[in-house]
Amino acid sequence: MRIQVNGRPREVEATTLEALLRELGFEDQKVGTALNQEFVRDRDREKIVLHEGDAVEIVTPRQGG
Amino acid sequence: MNAHPEIAADPLTLYDAALRSRLLLGTARYPSPAILAESIRASACEIVTVSLRREAGGGRAGESFWSLIRDLGVRVLPNTAGCRTAKEAVTTAQMARDVFETDWIKLEVIGEEDTLQPDVFGLVEAARALCDDGFKVFPYTTDDLVVAEKLLDAGCKVLMPWAAPIGSGRGVNNAFALRALRAHFPDVPLVVDAGLGAPSHAATVMEMGYDAVLLNTAVSRAGDPVAMARAFGLAVEAGRLACLAKPMTPRDMAEPSTPVIGRPFDGVG
Repeated sequence: MRIQVNGRPREVEATTLEALLRELGFEDQKVGTALNQEFVRDRDREKIVLHEGDAVEIVTPRQGG
Repeated sequence: MNAHPEIAADPLTLYDAALRSRLLLGTARYPSPAILAESIRASACEIVTVSLRREAGGGRAGESFWSLIRDLGVRVLPNTAGCRTAKEAVTTAQMARDVFETDWIKLEVIGEEDTLQPDVFGLVEAARALCDDGFKVFPYTTDDLVVAEKLLDAGCKVLMPWAAPIGSGRGVNNAFALRALRAHFPDVPLVVDAGLGAPSHAATVMEMGYDAVLLNTAVSRAGDPVAMARAFGLAVEAGRLACLAKPMTPRDMAEPSTPVIGRPFDGVG
């Protein structure tokens, strides 16, 4: 399935957001997520089913002013 | 840094937090993580701002930064820097609450690229949505008094007007507007956020009666960020103490400070 991850097109196997994080190597990191610009909380990721063309954001802590 | 007794007895309250330091420090653009950590310690600040950014798969940049900040034992104030719509800002704030486990959010909705001026319409819209959702919102705003009223109506308990554009280091661009805000909202915590370049700028706004200052670039891009962090910490404390001490009223003409009576040679020749 082809989706967008952090603004870039990507072919993925995962069918849920939780599985996507595992597939991309984020399983042991604290990340924030959004699907199609809507926030998805940590505990809901397992229930979120991905569809062709979805846009996923995956963010982590960074320096800020 | 040892606080003056007057300062120690004068805590700053921002939402649910009572703080000794009135300096909030950004964490971006330091020469190295070690200098960032040392600058935070030197400033004696208790709140630092942080952000969320995209992480490449397998990357660990976020994890190492977050570990460094947690070890310093300071509170974090996540921001929505770079967001250009209320929707983007609200979603970013929600992700920040999930990641940083705090309901504090420094709300930025940027409206114009050259000045990074807040889009005050989007700001008020996002502030209302976030306050309704239980966030404790610190809005980065202009010095516009009517916008400030709208942000308070939306549920904000703190306001953060700019002194000058972000990263400009210009100091106070519009002292009249900042004084008017302070006079109009005597009981609202007001934090000057953005545009300060030198410790004297920080002391100036603290002497005006501002409750705190938030800055980043003035420290992180200084020749010696650690020394500058300490200088800002001292200036903020000096400015607060001066405000509490009630500065004298300026006069147009000179007035001798040394007693005139008994001056030698008076009446001679």
